Amino acid sequence: MMVLSGDPPRSRVLSIVLIVIIAALAVTPLVFPGAKAMNVATKICIFAALVASYDLLLGYTGSVSFAHTMFYGIGSYSVAIALYSMGPGWAAVATGIVIGLPLALLLALAIGLFSLRVEAIFFAMITLAVASAFLVLASQLSWLTGGEDGRSFQLPELLRPGTVLISKGVFGFELNGRVLTYYLIFAGSAAMILALLRVVNSPFGRVLQAIRENRFRAEALGFRTVFHLTYANCIAALVAASAGMLNALWLRYAGPDTSLSFAIMLDILLMVVIGGMGTIYGAIIGAAIFILAQNYLQALMSAASNAAADAGLPLLPGLLHPDRWLLWLGLLFIASVYFFPTGVVGRLRSIGRKPS
Amino acid sequence: MTELLSLAGVHTHIGRYHILQGVDFSVAEGQTTMLLGRNGAGKTSTLRTIMGLWQASAGRISLHGRPIEHSATPDIARLGVGYVPESMAVFSDLTVKENLVLAARDGPLDDARLEWIFGFFPALKRFWLSRAGALSGGQKQMLSIARAIVEPRKLLLIDEPTKGLAPAIVVALIECFAEVKRRGATILLVEQNFFAARELGDSVLVMDNGKIVHRGEMAALASDVALQERLLGLSLETHQ
Repeated sequence: MMVLSGDPPRSRVLSIVLIVIIAALAVTPLVFPGAKAMNVATKICIFAALVASYDLLLGYTGSVSFAHTMFYGIGSYSVAIALYSMGPGWAAVATGIVIGLPLALLLALAIGLFSLRVEAIFFAMITLAVASAFLVLASQLSWLTGGEDGRSFQLPELLRPGTVLISKGVFGFELNGRVLTYYLIFAGSAAMILALLRVVNSPFGRVLQAIRENRFRAEALGFRTVFHLTYANCIAALVAASAGMLNALWLRYAGPDTSLSFAIMLDILLMVVIGGMGTIYGAIIGAAIFILAQNYLQALMSAASNAAADAGLPLLPGLLHPDRWLLWLGLLFIASVYFFPTGVVGRLRSIGRKPS
Repeated sequence: MTELLSLAGVHTHIGRYHILQGVDFSVAEGQTTMLLGRNGAGKTSTLRTIMGLWQASAGRISLHGRPIEHSATPDIARLGVGYVPESMAVFSDLTVKENLVLAARDGPLDDARLEWIFGFFPALKRFWLSRAGALSGGQKQMLSIARAIVEPRKLLLIDEPTKGLAPAIVVALIECFAEVKRRGATILLVEQNFFAARELGDSVLVMDNGKIVHRGEMAALASDVALQERLLGLSLETHQ
């Protein structure tokens, strides 16, 4: 309870689902050491933290921001540029962190103080404008960012795949730099999510919920809401930047498509909505469902399509053709929003709760 | 008697509507002042303007002689003004406890004061850890008022607290306000329930078309049926 800041999942099914996801992520390098499984697991870890930080904004304060990938990108690029220009070493990683986090913080502070004073739509528009400008800037400043190509770099010795820390023993498991990087990301993401749980369950988090429900009432109680919203924006930005740093360390690369694009922003939005807004736990569920679907739906459909063709069924093989996977992904999302308007977490929590 | 709150020539515009058209009045410290008037007379707008939720376009508002017409709502609240808006304004996603902790703002809840509040509104103790959204209408109103008095405030602005409530709850509210006043708070109360108004009011202000059209002792208005009919279009006797 202490670790969860007194905010347990409050649903048996939800607890089981969360334990299964977390346990699966914890054992992925041991059970599924393949590159694809590792990539998917890492992405789930990173996005769970990134989406949880977005939930702090959207779910707890009701502010819609389009600049979340910008902070994610700032994190990615700061580590990438530092490692690219200073060479692989921990000093470069530290430099990336020391430059990236304050930069994200300052930008979040500036955006917050300028735009959170007024109506929510203005904040959304400002974040959209700043994020677009940042994306253009990142592609144009080739000398710094590598332009559209981005920056590839080498990791410090300890984190390289070639570094073997424990060679294959009786269990057939090898602890190498890649696995170490994975656990670094796993632990980092877990720490960020737990920290966010602490934030939303603090008195500060309650004020955020009050603001979401009715900002004027919160002000009439004496809360200077613009500062609360700005703090929340800063915390979310710091977590997003940290998630971006972990992402860069995993990919050994930072580019516009992997860390800044609006497609990522859209994914984050979908994951928050699917998981359940204003719950933090929803981020873990949303990220897991979305990323698994993104990576395995095509393969699943291919198998289903072949099976249908073998069985001689009409129409189905065509409908389930792997090339149509985006259509099914879209339908899956529409269905999930329709059947779980409060997200998976909201739905699971409402089952078993006495009607009030 | 010292003035706690005074308004001089206050005008408020909302969009193209000119709502308050030169409101002048003062509220004496330690007294309960009733603000009466027909629907749409500008009573709620007056409270909202004092609270800074709507900016006065002209005029002066002062609290203890200090101008507050340009202050932001949170700053006005921090000067010791509690506001109970119309329509049971609780934070429905939070529990009863969290609603009150929020209202205590910077400090922990004062247990003795809490027990004092539970004395008027025992339901709040019973539903201490329930979501405020699950409370009944009357209980929400109790919570809304409890939130305003959980910390000692100098001035309470209360907007139609008895609207739509059962008579038994109205009696509990009247008792609560009387006790709050005895403890030294000044109250500006908008009320349509004349029984409550007569029980609680020391002085009375009547508004019409965005202006104060009458000011005086509550007792004097309560005993003058002709005046009631002229000002309010109905008499207190018929509305008990």
